[in-house]
Amino acid sequence: MNIVLNGAAREVQERITVAGLVRDIGGEGSDGRGMAVAVDAAVVPHSEWEKVELTEGQRVEVVGAIQGG
Amino acid sequence: MTVDATGLEIAGRRWGSRLIVGTGGFRSLDVMEQAIAESGAEIVTVALRRVEASAPGSLVETLDRAGLFLLPNTAGCYTAHDAVLTARMAREAYETDWVKLEVIGDDRTLFPDPVELLAAAETLVEDGFVVLPYTNDDPILARRLEEIGCAAVMPLGAPIGSGMGIRNPYNMSIIVEQAGVPVICDAGVGTASDAAIAMELGCEGVLMASAIARAQDPVRMAAAMRGAVEAGRLAYEAGRIPRRLHARASTAMEGRAEFHSDVSLDG
Repeated sequence: MNIVLNGAAREVQERITVAGLVRDIGGEGSDGRGMAVAVDAAVVPHSEWEKVELTEGQRVEVVGAIQGG
Repeated sequence: MTVDATGLEIAGRRWGSRLIVGTGGFRSLDVMEQAIAESGAEIVTVALRRVEASAPGSLVETLDRAGLFLLPNTAGCYTAHDAVLTARMAREAYETDWVKLEVIGDDRTLFPDPVELLAAAETLVEDGFVVLPYTNDDPILARRLEEIGCAAVMPLGAPIGSGMGIRNPYNMSIIVEQAGVPVICDAGVGTASDAAIAMELGCEGVLMASAIARAQDPVRMAAAMRGAVEAGRLAYEAGRIPRRLHARASTAMEGRAEFHSDVSLDG
């Protein structure tokens, strides 16, 4: 299925979880500190990452810590 | 006796240092780490951006290891909507309710958009955030931000990264005079004297990034800023003398020796 990840179309496996997506993009091993995910503009808490499954066409934002003033 | 400047208190939390350092603009994490250590800062700002490839572990690990309080910003947001969502993402990413709220109106000046800023601040305060808004040096806007429940107000001294210093010290003084929450000078500092001036005006703290990060020697500049913030605060607490047009002798005039003007100086 297709989702929109950080503004770009991306094909992912059916019913992938938020945690699965984070692993897919190289965030595995992370406890989520310094990262956040929003699905259709709603923030998904870390505790829900393994439970929340994505569906076709959803807009997903995955952000991480960077240096900033 | 050793005299120390008093510490900073925001929303019931106390810190010894009144200098808040932005982590942006350093050429390496190593220089950033050294500079922050030298600055004595206990609060540092951080940001969030889209992750494309890998987990951004090292920055947070580095800052956590140093025992720093991470204050996420909403840099780059132009609307209240985006700033609120970014703050919510930051709350999850950094596990904190605190946010340095930035809502920019224009990418040339990076001046805050006061209308969007106030709207975002109101929503975030209702959401339970400890909101520290980066604001214009406008006393009325600062008052409005305080009235809706912001934990501090952070007026700019000059545009972000401009290094122009405190361009309107009179406005800054008015903001300080009326504020019931800490006033943190945010943006504009170029060198140590600028930070000292902000503190002498009565700001409770100074936030800076570029002035340290983009200095030729960021670690030395960090040390300079630590000294300047402390010196400025001490001077403010000590109470400066008023400015006067004419001189006022500091040596007593009474008891001077009297000389006869007809005696030659040649002995």
